[in-house]
Amino acid sequence: MLNPDVVGRTFTGANSFTVTQESITAFALAIGEPNISVAPPTFSISISLTESQALLQESGLDWTRVVHGDQRFEIHRPLVAGDSILCSSTIESARVVAGNEIVTVRSDLHSGSELLISSWSTLVVRA
Amino acid sequence: MTFEVGQELAPQSFFINRAKLVAYADASGDQNPIHQDEEFAKSVGLENVIAHGMFTMALAGRYVSHVAGGSEKVRDFSARFTKPVVVPADTEVELIVSAKVSAVEGSLVKVDLSAICNEVKVLGMAKATFSL
Repeated sequence: MLNPDVVGRTFTGANSFTVTQESITAFALAIGEPNISVAPPTFSISISLTESQALLQESGLDWTRVVHGDQRFEIHRPLVAGDSILCSSTIESARVVAGNEIVTVRSDLHSGSELLISSWSTLVVRA
Repeated sequence: MTFEVGQELAPQSFFINRAKLVAYADASGDQNPIHQDEEFAKSVGLENVIAHGMFTMALAGRYVSHVAGGSEKVRDFSARFTKPVVVPADTEVELIVSAKVSAVEGSLVKVDLSAICNEVKVLGMAKATFSL
């Protein structure tokens, strides 16, 4: 079970991620996207979900039972090579439905003071 | 391109196979074995290896980028993972993505997306907003 004390709290990642052209190109190639000048719309999941996983595991959630329920991206500006990204994660809600724990995490990706992307991941921990 | 409410946008097919799941796992960092290892997937009660929900969403995102005229125009994109995309060995699974314009507000276009695999909807409530 997730520690209920973390619900509503925001955690700022300790490390920034530098977006490389190699990582954008690899992601674009994997999905067949020919344009590699900006990151594809879902590219930031590799940053946000890594951060969320670390945070939720530290907070008591059993990651081995997690399935992805839904996902949203609000993109103010797409990521480009050279961006240095700091990700803060807010555990917006946690509830139990039919024995399954349902947790929603918002990830805010900033470059300096500029908010580039907010994303929401709803994760279902199977009972 | 101009958009009108109710307009149906041409569908596009994407083909998913095991090699593409491995490439996506490497590119995204999601190395969960249920997306690569048939024995493991079956041991946890799945029918077979399944695609990453985020891979299916990424392909739908590629469709949105194409329709919008570039990834940089995509402002909002959301989906629910309703059914898994099962990917047996040595075969290609077809994912058909299409969209219908739900709103045109100033320079923003909203679309409802459909993502179908073996006649089953694999993404629910899939929506995107892009700028003209």
